[in-house]
Amino acid sequence: MTMDYTPTELLSVMASRMMKGTGTIFAGVGIPLLAAILAKRTHTPGLTIVVEGGSIGPQVMPGRLPISTNEMRVARRATMLVGINEVFLLTQRGFLEVGFMGGAQIDRHGNVNTTVVGSYEKPKVRLPGSGGANDIISLCRRTVLVTIHEKRRFVPKVDFVTSPGFLDGGEDRRRSGLIFGGVSNMVTDLGMMGFDEKTKEMRLESLHPGVTLDRVIENTGFELLIPDFIPVTEPPTQAELDELRRLDPDHRFL
Amino acid sequence: MKSADFVEARHRLEAKSLADVEKLTSLGEAVARISDGDHIAIGGCMFTRTPLALVMETLRQRRKQLTISKNLMCYEGEWFMAMDAVSNIITSWLGIGLPWGISRILREKGESGQLKLEDWSHMGMGMRYRAGAMGIPFLPSLTMLGSDLARVTECKTMTCPFTGEQLNLIPALFPDVALIHVHRADKYGNCQIDGYPFMDADIAAASTTVLVTAEEIIDEEDIRRHPDRTALPGFMVDALVHVPYGAFPHEMHGLYEADFEHFDDYVEAITRDGTSAILDYLNRYVFGVDSHEAYLAVFGKERLQRQAAAAMELVG
Repeated sequence: MTMDYTPTELLSVMASRMMKGTGTIFAGVGIPLLAAILAKRTHTPGLTIVVEGGSIGPQVMPGRLPISTNEMRVARRATMLVGINEVFLLTQRGFLEVGFMGGAQIDRHGNVNTTVVGSYEKPKVRLPGSGGANDIISLCRRTVLVTIHEKRRFVPKVDFVTSPGFLDGGEDRRRSGLIFGGVSNMVTDLGMMGFDEKTKEMRLESLHPGVTLDRVIENTGFELLIPDFIPVTEPPTQAELDELRRLDPDHRFL
Repeated sequence: MKSADFVEARHRLEAKSLADVEKLTSLGEAVARISDGDHIAIGGCMFTRTPLALVMETLRQRRKQLTISKNLMCYEGEWFMAMDAVSNIITSWLGIGLPWGISRILREKGESGQLKLEDWSHMGMGMRYRAGAMGIPFLPSLTMLGSDLARVTECKTMTCPFTGEQLNLIPALFPDVALIHVHRADKYGNCQIDGYPFMDADIAAASTTVLVTAEEIIDEEDIRRHPDRTALPGFMVDALVHVPYGAFPHEMHGLYEADFEHFDDYVEAITRDGTSAILDYLNRYVFGVDSHEAYLAVFGKERLQRQAAAAMELVG
């Protein structure tokens, strides 16, 4: 089957659909922000986008997408600019319904690593660090992980828990003191995933059009829970793709 | 000093003059207040409102064994590493931005065990400065719990005496010196910031010494006309320098947009020539010039005007 959209366009559309009916979103730059703008302009006009650098309700200019969460491009026409602590304190209070973030390594319990590959003391690869990722996943009412589906990313256990999903699974997140939130969903370019209610293990929930189950299994570094019936995701519509391409005409992110 | 030692931090603050006097001076004189071994907190966020003129003067004056902290650290962190001027970095993130990949010198130093970097979360950094600004040893929070960040930092958990829930206690930071760049200030150091406030007011309040550069020096009467816009009171500021384009090629809200092409060139040179390209860059832009005017001349007027026009499109 030929697809007339890129993996990142697919990711953006699918992430956007996860925002349906949401009031507030903590969106990182790149795909999460594109998805949030798409959601607001299509099915969820009541959405307020909140950005880590301190911007509430920005209206981004098409073709001038921000690279950081703290620049004029994402402060444009905002309803409020606040300090960074104030954004996180609003999140800690419970005002942010959904957080969207990516990650270098993600494991079967939804833990995310953006700190080191290998040991912390003598890393094989030193990565940039948490930024706000740890805070988003700890404090939002729920968090959606958005990433390209690759075996080297999907590991049984992350080398370093930068951002805690369900830790060792079961009630472990709750036991660690993280009494709110958790990872509700994962969006990849191959399919959608959720987590088992009890064990908190990652479970396949749907396949994107043209993607086989074998391809998902091949690209996942651990045993994914597979339901008996696997639905196929609705493909991106032309209207969704048109809106995305209007926002990012130079394909800097798409 | 232990990072959460609020008593010692209070004594250091009480030892200095808070007199309402003129603060205007030169970059050289302002930065001369930094000593080897100091903890310098850098204002702004990533590539926005970075006090680059102050950072570059710190490098020019060859300060050593510094601790540097910032919420999200951009390539100024690479400069301190390349110069072997830093013994500890406290941050939640270090890089330039997603399009430019992982910092090469961060990888080299990190992977060869030469780097001391404290990994906090972004809110963790914010709470550290906020606790410092409040004059208390820590703030309780619900973030960083259960993660390896809590394991590798000085965080402690406690059981809430009211609810029985677990809390993460984030220790205060009391930097020796804050470097802050603002839009405008009067000569007494009353400072106003446009756009994002970030953490600058907390950083300044938490620090013992505060060095400020301002795009514009305005009349005291203009400050008094809009006192609600003032982010730092004059008594908090020790030295003030008039430096137009003081954050360039980083962004200054409403005045100039970050020069992403310049970032491309910077990273391309490192990709091509290795991390020695950082020293080449510093030789050209920092050590090869003797003033901020000379530094801006390396970019050329057209470049400055282009970035100013790009900013106008976004806020106009």
